[in-house]
Amino acid sequence: MDLFLQQVINGIMVGSVYSLVALGLTIIYGILGVPNFAHGSLYMLGAYFSFLLVTAGGVNYWLAILISMAALTVIGMVIERIVFRPLVNAPHLNSFIAAIGLIYVIDNVALIVWGPDFKRFPPLYDQLYHFLGVTITLHRIIIVVTAVVLIVLLELFIKKTTIGSAIEATAQDRVGARLSGINVTRVDMWTLGLGTSLAAAAGALIGPILLVYPAMGGAVTLKAFVIIILGGMGSIPGAILGGFILGLIESIGGAYLTTNYHEVLAFGLLVTVLAIKPTGLFGKAH
Amino acid sequence: MNTSPLKPGFLIPAAILLLAVVAPLLSENRYLHHLMIMACVWGIAATALNLVMGYAGQVNLAHGAFFGIGAYTSGLLMLKLGIGFWIALPLACLAAALFGLLIGMPSLRTKGAYFAIGTLCFNVIVTVIIDRWENLTEGQRGLLGIPPPSAIPLPFGLTVRFDNNMVATYYLFLIMLLLTLFVTRRIVISLMGKDFRAVKGNEELAASIGINPFRTKLIAFVTSTFFAGLAGGLYASYIGFLSPDISDFHVTFEVLIQVMFGGIGTMAGPIIGATILPVISETLHALAAYRMVAYGIMLIVVIIFLPTGIMGGLKILWARCITRK
Repeated sequence: MDLFLQQVINGIMVGSVYSLVALGLTIIYGILGVPNFAHGSLYMLGAYFSFLLVTAGGVNYWLAILISMAALTVIGMVIERIVFRPLVNAPHLNSFIAAIGLIYVIDNVALIVWGPDFKRFPPLYDQLYHFLGVTITLHRIIIVVTAVVLIVLLELFIKKTTIGSAIEATAQDRVGARLSGINVTRVDMWTLGLGTSLAAAAGALIGPILLVYPAMGGAVTLKAFVIIILGGMGSIPGAILGGFILGLIESIGGAYLTTNYHEVLAFGLLVTVLAIKPTGLFGKAH
Repeated sequence: MNTSPLKPGFLIPAAILLLAVVAPLLSENRYLHHLMIMACVWGIAATALNLVMGYAGQVNLAHGAFFGIGAYTSGLLMLKLGIGFWIALPLACLAAALFGLLIGMPSLRTKGAYFAIGTLCFNVIVTVIIDRWENLTEGQRGLLGIPPPSAIPLPFGLTVRFDNNMVATYYLFLIMLLLTLFVTRRIVISLMGKDFRAVKGNEELAASIGINPFRTKLIAFVTSTFFAGLAGGLYASYIGFLSPDISDFHVTFEVLIQVMFGGIGTMAGPIIGATILPVISETLHALAAYRMVAYGIMLIVVIIFLPTGIMGGLKILWARCITRK
């Protein structure tokens, strides 16, 4: 029972990070229709930036998260302008290939600049708490709380701000949004910035628990795609719920079913779900 | 896109075929021979991917997995059961096609990005299984010493040997590539090929005129995986060593990029991509660590400025030449 509870808590921790990454990916897909395969690479950059700010710059961890989010917002906007905007009318396959090109560029620049070795954050918030036979570090609690706060802030941003309303309108009907005077191109740019900043936050939050290295984004990208397909492409609640579901399945399944093959749980789950319901759990037939 | 106004006749393909046949005799350079052999392997893989993606419109991101399944099937049959190359190779193709059928049945019910990501997940699963099933696949240590194709006896006591004979290997692989192209072309110009394009254009519309989209997609997919298995089986015997990396989704991306770079939905495009891209990738070695960065930038630039690949660019040039006359 203790093991089970421990795995549930780990699953919620990992799931909250997955949700953040998947949220960014799903709003980008919802607006631009681009399967941004480089999303995990931007998550990696977020982790590196906050790592460097904390270790080399001596910046406070929370400030470092904010700065990396801001930096990645700018990088996301630049990527939209240079890479995805010229492809806006091309088949999605072309944006997909461009995104693969982006992975090559970003991951290898990281490799050149920071080297292939694993980087470890200095200890942060590693006080231990025990309850009901479960052990948890403060940092893990912080991750979940921060992720939830960011998700709520995103929801408020979309519901309460002008940019947010424009984003929502564009997601619902791109042509209609344009007709009603919304600058859709600017919405694209903002969305890529916003989605990327969420990936950066996720990287910065989980960085101190895992290790930071140039190839850390690959598996995360795949899992984020699994989540947004499980939850329905472009669906915000789907991404949040899907993130927690995947985190829990990986954590519990990894402990009880298989240790050797636990990475395939996520992908096996997806293939199974698609076999039963081809549009994902919450997706509508289209 | 499919019914191109460009018909340069048989002259250009015939000239290229002639060049492909005589080229290895013009040079003793083993490295050049190696590049040509690999161009055949990737050419088969890219032609196969183009069939399902360029003609039937299904973005299959598990191509590397089928390549790996073909390679490992043939490698394991030869190493562990001592089966000869000429039996192992067709079995490798069939194994890949069987997996294609098993995966195609559920996954082809999904569409667009769902299908793409679903197949990509299958690709990851295959690589992890090859990596972890050490009793069978030797895991990370890899399969060593896969034999080359066994010799073919000819009349009058002659034999064609393939061990350490790169020219013979090249001709064997070239024949396999031509076979793949022949079959693919027959399919594409047949009624079935028309069904492929109808399904690619609009599935609902295709269904309304009596085409079974699911069956059509499944045929394209299984045929494609069959030839992916062929490419994998040939690769295994040529390189002689296999590790889980060979089924990795990076292989999928590499072949996908070759197809896009050469020109998706054309017969020649995948071959052009499969020949040129490995050479570019090798040339960029001079840039050391900046190589992959340059490669990525090149990809982005090509996809933005030449979205239909080299063949698309050539068609535009050709059309301009014609209108000027």
